[in-house]
Amino acid sequence: MWQLCSSSQLKKAMRPVYVIAGGITKFAKANPASDFRLMVKESFDSALADCGGKLTPADIDGSVISYFSDHFTHQLKAGAMVQDFVGLCPKPHVRIEGGGATGGLCFQQAWESVASGRYEVVAAMGFETMSHVETAKGNEFIALASDTNYDFPVGGYYNGYYAMMVVRHMHEFGTTEEQLARIAVKNHNNACHNPYAQEHLALSLEDVMRSEYIAWPLKRHDICVMSDGAAVCLLASEKAAQKFCGNPIKITGIGAGSDCMRFADRPRGRVPLLPHEKESDYKNLRYPGVHSFRAGRMAAISAYRMAGIGDPLEDLDVIELHDAYSSSELQTYEDLGLCKYGEGGRFIDGGHSGLQGKLPVNPSGGLLACGHPVGATGLMQAVTMFWQLQHTIPKHFGNDKLQVKNARRGLIHSHAGTGTYVTVTILEKP
Amino acid sequence: MPSDPRLPEIERGTEVFAVDPLTIRAHFEVDYVHSYKQDTPFFHGLAKRKLLGSRCPKCNYTFATPRVRCMYCGDATQWTELPTEGTVHSWTFCYFAAQEFLKEVPFALVLVEFDGVDTLFLSRLVGVERADIRIGMRVKAKFRRKATWSVRDVYFVRAESRSGVS
Repeated sequence: MWQLCSSSQLKKAMRPVYVIAGGITKFAKANPASDFRLMVKESFDSALADCGGKLTPADIDGSVISYFSDHFTHQLKAGAMVQDFVGLCPKPHVRIEGGGATGGLCFQQAWESVASGRYEVVAAMGFETMSHVETAKGNEFIALASDTNYDFPVGGYYNGYYAMMVVRHMHEFGTTEEQLARIAVKNHNNACHNPYAQEHLALSLEDVMRSEYIAWPLKRHDICVMSDGAAVCLLASEKAAQKFCGNPIKITGIGAGSDCMRFADRPRGRVPLLPHEKESDYKNLRYPGVHSFRAGRMAAISAYRMAGIGDPLEDLDVIELHDAYSSSELQTYEDLGLCKYGEGGRFIDGGHSGLQGKLPVNPSGGLLACGHPVGATGLMQAVTMFWQLQHTIPKHFGNDKLQVKNARRGLIHSHAGTGTYVTVTILEKP
Repeated sequence: MPSDPRLPEIERGTEVFAVDPLTIRAHFEVDYVHSYKQDTPFFHGLAKRKLLGSRCPKCNYTFATPRVRCMYCGDATQWTELPTEGTVHSWTFCYFAAQEFLKEVPFALVLVEFDGVDTLFLSRLVGVERADIRIGMRVKAKFRRKATWSVRDVYFVRAESRSGVS
């Protein structure tokens, strides 16, 4: 049932690809000065500047552009407008859309365009401008990314879906509201040192626990915020990377997975195992049900296989994952195999994902604190991971608080819907 | 041809949120012709106070939310009547919502699990406080007297009978 493309085949067919530069705008509730085109251009210019002027738009062969909702932009074919605004016409470009995973899918599509030999240098550019509508309308636009025959009309929306998923996780495994709150506290306090983050709130556990319920048991600070933002990542072949960048980072693992659009339709079967897990670990678990993300597990299996990762907790140094909810970060620890299914709560209690922990997760502050301008989010993760592995966080953030010491291998994780698509990408300092 | 051609002046002004950067209200509204197509029998069923799911005889698998093709073998499924009583598999209580449903908060959403059915059904649970809801609690379907021809024609209430643990 779990047939995957073999990593050796993939390695043979595809050539090595590197990240050579990145740029991000400061994520904000509303960016009053720049529209989506100018925000992308600003990120694009910082990426070019990061190459020290060696790379010009003339060296870029094409682009992949990510944004989630035409409703937010109120402009169709906005990608074409970005392409001309940043000066890449008449080169080819394509738009990628995949809900919350739009940025992660864009990054992987950009990887493929270089890995296949089509391009030498590609620009992955993403944005979302969510400030054009009120928050309740924004939630409605996002809710339209659930089944409009069966799920949306009963009052279904994403905060409610994630609440139901974590309520079942609490029932199966004894996960608590405090454990969720601990994740929100961790990410928010990290973000205080990230100048690109939307929120700089030094929250305490009590602050999170006392924030108002949005969809029980999820509270205001368990949920990411709507945002205006853009991010750009430049990817290149080995030859181009050597030419344009003094400190490129190699992409060594690519994985993606999917699951049913309606979470009510998910099976209750067996867990697809990672190399360090055994069938007997999950004798009584009916998987994925609504408590776990099978797409995330599938993405992790493929990416780990390609990158040669046996035990992620030992083999990875830093992770940026899709914490649209504190609950989904906890659930994702398990999908990625940082701990066994059911142990996510204990994993955060043990401090393993903290800045000083064994494997820091979301040192940037994650979506919870950075904001989630959907099409930009996955690329923002890629850019901050690129800086982590380059050890240039101090230069880009103006302080060294969030630089993970000696980080050599990192994972980025992008996630859509109720776990409908998930991407996992492994980056390494060569 | 008039000697001085011109567009007519507007009669009503434009709503301005901010002058600099200039920010105006832009209205957008649309009515869709939303057809349920192959899922139509489900909605007819609701009007007859029946919950219809889909069953794949080959896979021996029943989907609570209907789909006319089996997700596992791809064959056509058969319509099958679901029980009108089930248990709460998971739930939430919403204090905020998408704009269309904001006037209805707070409300409870539940995933209902039916005996002998392999997948779940998302619905509203009505007439309960947050503190009353439990996983495993028995619930029964109720149907609106006047059909709205939407999935909102069915909702759930607490069943008086035995309580189970799912």
